[in-house]
Amino acid sequence: MTALAGAKDTEMVDNHKSASPDRVIDIEKLSLTFETGDGPVHALSDIDLKIEQGDFVSFIGPSGCGKTTLLRVIADLEQPTAGSITVNGVSPEEARLNRAYGYVFQAAALYSWRTIAKNVALPLEIMGLSRSERQERIARNLELVNLTGFEKKYPWQLSGGMQQRASIARALAVEPDLLLMDEPFGALDEIVRDHLNEQLLQLWAKTSKTVAFVTHSIPEAVFLSTKIVVLCPRPGRIYDVIESDLPRERTLDIRESPEFLKIAHRVREGLKAGHSYED
Amino acid sequence: MTSTALTPSRSLNPFTGLLSGTTGPVIVVVIAIIGAWYIGAVALNTPFQLDTYERADRTNVPFSELVSDTLAQERPVLPAPHQIAIEIWQTTAEKKITSKRSLIYHSGITLSSTLLGFLIGTTLGILLAIGIIHSRVLEKSLMPWIIASQTIPILAIAPMIIVVLNAVGISGLLPKAMISTYLSFFPVAVGMVKGLRSPEVIDMDLMHTYSATRVQTLWKLRLPYAVPFLFTSMKIGMAASLVGAIVGELPTGAVAGLGARLLSGSYYGQTLQIWSALIMAAFLAGSLVALIGLVEKLALKRMGMTR
Repeated sequence: MTALAGAKDTEMVDNHKSASPDRVIDIEKLSLTFETGDGPVHALSDIDLKIEQGDFVSFIGPSGCGKTTLLRVIADLEQPTAGSITVNGVSPEEARLNRAYGYVFQAAALYSWRTIAKNVALPLEIMGLSRSERQERIARNLELVNLTGFEKKYPWQLSGGMQQRASIARALAVEPDLLLMDEPFGALDEIVRDHLNEQLLQLWAKTSKTVAFVTHSIPEAVFLSTKIVVLCPRPGRIYDVIESDLPRERTLDIRESPEFLKIAHRVREGLKAGHSYED
Repeated sequence: MTSTALTPSRSLNPFTGLLSGTTGPVIVVVIAIIGAWYIGAVALNTPFQLDTYERADRTNVPFSELVSDTLAQERPVLPAPHQIAIEIWQTTAEKKITSKRSLIYHSGITLSSTLLGFLIGTTLGILLAIGIIHSRVLEKSLMPWIIASQTIPILAIAPMIIVVLNAVGISGLLPKAMISTYLSFFPVAVGMVKGLRSPEVIDMDLMHTYSATRVQTLWKLRLPYAVPFLFTSMKIGMAASLVGAIVGELPTGAVAGLGARLLSGSYYGQTLQIWSALIMAAFLAGSLVALIGLVEKLALKRMGMTR
């Protein structure tokens, strides 16, 4: 599969002079308009964005700015109405069929009739992996999110934070190079969230995956990201793209540092300027 | 609960304990029904009894004798509960199962076509539901017919089915089972359409991100989701199946089955026979529904859906 994706990448280099072999997501002039009874809603308008291999990109913005929609377009869960997008050099649909990404939803979305191990096994069963391969991946990924020993528990027996970790293990078990996360820690309290943020960073450092992460928490975005995309609503568009110069190795203490606060300040300014509550 | 301060002090009223659980109230209701039944039996059977006295030229019969006579008629308008109980006892425990007069023999006949019809009906209902949720054309074309099928009175269509099937050489168990099928597929089909469509958007999206096929989505998401719906509709379908089997025995002049007992009972004014068959049918339906409830409990427990 990786060989196939690689071949597709080089093909894309021939077609697009701008495309680099490390480019994971390439979005150009992308728009998405929902037709509703009250007229068209411009969820996304004229989005240009490039995401490189190994990036940790956060989408931040107020509700209704289209950040989740953008992530869903990348995942082929929504269809853009204009513009172009490639994921690993191919269309989102093809990328999805290649199982190029793992998606973590706002809610854990664990199936209640499956144990934690069986939930992690779900995508692996669909992919048609052998039993031993499944066992091996379940054990490895549950260990990665510190859930070893909870294999036989049902989702309702776990706390919200543990459920969300199980859903991350499920996304990781697919072994994608790209991780799409839609406010995965939004429903959790501050302390659990900090802990999971740290774990996620370690995971990202260990596996060199590309992550696209939706949030509306400024500290979370700044703490996690190498690149922060600030979106604003009506129509949903990119207001600012901030390249973070924080070191890749970070601990929670970094949030007290002046560099961190400077980036956070710029994000806050962007959110304020892009906001239309005043008018 | 653990705190002794929270335990209510023992009341002097002897009925407090009786009414606090679930058995207590149930027993009270049963006693009330049986009481009302006896009063009704005496009232309804009195005119015939008075006629009898008149023909025998008996006057001034004491009230206590009148009451005991109304509760001991051979063909009462409304039999008393103990008469039915005796009749059931005589036709079950005191008869050989193979005897034509054994209620268990007749129940067995009805039960077999109920179960066969229920099995076919449930399978048909599930298959229809799977077709309907996957194809808009099937939904548009089948759904009106499915609903229309249930608006036709079963008493009108049952003889047709039996006669038509007899004409093509199918007789015995299957025609009766077809009527059970006719009644039981509907709740299962409707319940399963709802159940198979009940997964949350997020659960469906998850399957989409895995590029799961329709069969995989059906098997790993929709069907597990529909299991509680299936059991609920199977309970309704089972009760409907039994009604169908009994109705199926009426128009054919069947010689065996609870329906046949009801029919011959009404021909000869054997109210005791009718009532005992009715009670047996109710008992059968109750047991079958309870059995499904038990399987449901076990299945949901196995699926980790009960806490």
